[in-house]
Amino acid sequence: MPDVRGLDHRAVNAILRETEGGCTLTGCCGQRFIGAGMSGKNICIQGIPGNALGAYLNGGTITVAGNAQDAVGDTMNAGRIIVHGSIGDAAGYAMRGGEIFVRGSAGYRAGIHMKAYREKSPLLVIGGTAGSFLGEYQAGGTIIVLGLESDRKIVSFFPCTGMHGGKMYLRSSCTDITFPSQVTARAADETDLRQLRVHLSGYCDVFGLDLNAVLDAPFTVVTPDSANPYKQMYIMN
Amino acid sequence: MGVEYLYPEFEVIRNESRCIACGVCVRQCANEVHAFLGGTQTILSDDAKCVNCQRCVSLCPTHALKIVKSDCRLRENANWDNDTIREIYKQANSGGVLLSSMGNPKPLPVYWDKILINASQVTNPPIDPLREPMETRVFLGKRPQKAERDADGKLCCSLPPMLELSMPVLFSAMSYGSISYNAHASLARAAKALGIYYNTGEGGLHEDFYVYGDNTIVQVASGRFGVHENYLEAAKAIEIKMGQGAKPGIGGHLPGAKIVGDVSRTRMIPEGSDAISPAPHHDIYSIEDLRQLVYSLKEATNYKKPIIVKVAAVHNIAAIASGIARSGADIIAIDGFRGGTGAAPTRIRDNVGIPIELALAAVDQRLRDEGIRNDVSLIVGGSVRSASDVVKAIALGADACYIATAALLALGCHLCRTCQTGKCNWGIATQNPELVRRLNPDVGSERLIRLMTAWRHEIKELMGGMGINSVEALRGNRLMLRGIGLTEKELEILGIAHAGE
Repeated sequence: MPDVRGLDHRAVNAILRETEGGCTLTGCCGQRFIGAGMSGKNICIQGIPGNALGAYLNGGTITVAGNAQDAVGDTMNAGRIIVHGSIGDAAGYAMRGGEIFVRGSAGYRAGIHMKAYREKSPLLVIGGTAGSFLGEYQAGGTIIVLGLESDRKIVSFFPCTGMHGGKMYLRSSCTDITFPSQVTARAADETDLRQLRVHLSGYCDVFGLDLNAVLDAPFTVVTPDSANPYKQMYIMN
Repeated sequence: MGVEYLYPEFEVIRNESRCIACGVCVRQCANEVHAFLGGTQTILSDDAKCVNCQRCVSLCPTHALKIVKSDCRLRENANWDNDTIREIYKQANSGGVLLSSMGNPKPLPVYWDKILINASQVTNPPIDPLREPMETRVFLGKRPQKAERDADGKLCCSLPPMLELSMPVLFSAMSYGSISYNAHASLARAAKALGIYYNTGEGGLHEDFYVYGDNTIVQVASGRFGVHENYLEAAKAIEIKMGQGAKPGIGGHLPGAKIVGDVSRTRMIPEGSDAISPAPHHDIYSIEDLRQLVYSLKEATNYKKPIIVKVAAVHNIAAIASGIARSGADIIAIDGFRGGTGAAPTRIRDNVGIPIELALAAVDQRLRDEGIRNDVSLIVGGSVRSASDVVKAIALGADACYIATAALLALGCHLCRTCQTGKCNWGIATQNPELVRRLNPDVGSERLIRLMTAWRHEIKELMGGMGINSVEALRGNRLMLRGIGLTEKELEILGIAHAGE
């Protein structure tokens, strides 16, 4: 159980690279890039990891006991990141696969430009609420915001701007949310709820939540109207 | 609707006495300009579809074809010229944003052509590259500020990661998707044979080209297409694309129609989905944020690869470059406003950014003034057209040059400037398998190797003439340059004297 107090990010990752399988880091305090580009490791972090936790992650699991900061899971390809607290901005930027489970809330631009590819379909689940620009440019995958134990708006301003793929579920009737014109927001139907049950079962297991209680609320589903939102804008010159 | 009619820009002239109606032109033109008149041996040409790519002209076995610019002009004047009026008509007809390709065609100053190179006479005699060794090899990356020794007094030889090039030229970023598989294959093979590098652009790295990894630079752009562990591991260097000279300040957009088959697989996005590269990186709002991306890539690749940050040449480029040099980047690539592109809004391409010559001189000077020039290498691009442009760039302060348009010309591009249509008759800017087949990578790579070999020889001759025997000794040697027909201000920015001084 390495204590990483006072070590810089390079030293922390050097420890992780030499570790086979599982490893718990204690005394973590703001070191960035933990687990960047790694795969097949089971990393537990006690304390607060810095920005870009699990960037380019390609498998394995990272579990954070507390909060995490910005750019969690940037360009992640596979694996799972579990954060028991809240996370900062730009979580899951351009992630192509894997899962990010956050028990608390997320900052701005969560799930921005999230993608999907062949059998890969990333999943970002936020237990609390999301800041502005949620799912901007979303091109694939699934974003779920639950708004548990919160009386704030489920998502702040300008969600789904430029969204051209994937799906978003918001556990709210969303009467107070303004969506852009190129997406469709509607109440979840039976099919959606079945998918949600699949998506959320892992999340509820991890955090010890009652899946049925989580599902027992109105959900709004947001999907893009077109995979080619810019198609008509140009004329050959 | 007569008002919507635009007279064709080009006319196809067929010499009927030479034409043998063999049909080569009919088969070769993806724009379907040429066609047999139903059931006859007469070939008709539809001028309106012609882009003047010269494919039919080049392949006509009897040289029966020529393409000329139409002399049917609108009643233009010095303010409202033909193109300006036509652009208004096109937009009134369609409501669309004008989309162009390749570099800025406007008659703006080309400073390379206003800079002259020195030669030795009498004193410090010239060197003959045929009999004296000349070093064109360069290394790109951070240079340590001082030599360090361990406790026993031995030199510490652990240098930061560097790129070694046999000559100061690299093939700059062109994505798979904007250009074809065979174009990439040609560039990769030539880079390997030459001991230089090619750049994947932001469209990912095709699985077939991982074998060229030691001569590959991979790109990470705002869309992050195809970026994953193996992609980063495969390359010799990683380039963060912040901007591009042809379209500074805006992103890229490959239409869903082009995201098919291999292109979709290489970009790692579904077929038919638009590939949108947003204008900003959503996680970069400051130099400190850039530093975060630089170091996340260094961490992900265990500090084994130099990180390049590519920016467009814009007004405050010197200050921007200073920030990049402090972000931890190993190499800065600056792309001037004449740089090419597979597609860019016309207005952006033609009006945004500054010439690379001025940007380079300003950046090199600023980094020297701040004592951080050796913390980074500088690569410049944006219309480097010849060995003499390379020599001038190096004397102005560059470590190496990026070339793309020149490389495409070597592959057969005829600069018809319609890459955005995806119907490149030369098999370069297209994904149509029939057209891609026209570019043979065996031939293409050989032509690139010949071009670079010729340039390398010319670089040696130009350096020899100056009495300089290595690129390292030429770098930043502005005394070797003189301006011609430039203002005091231009000379001041370029840091060179006027011819005769």
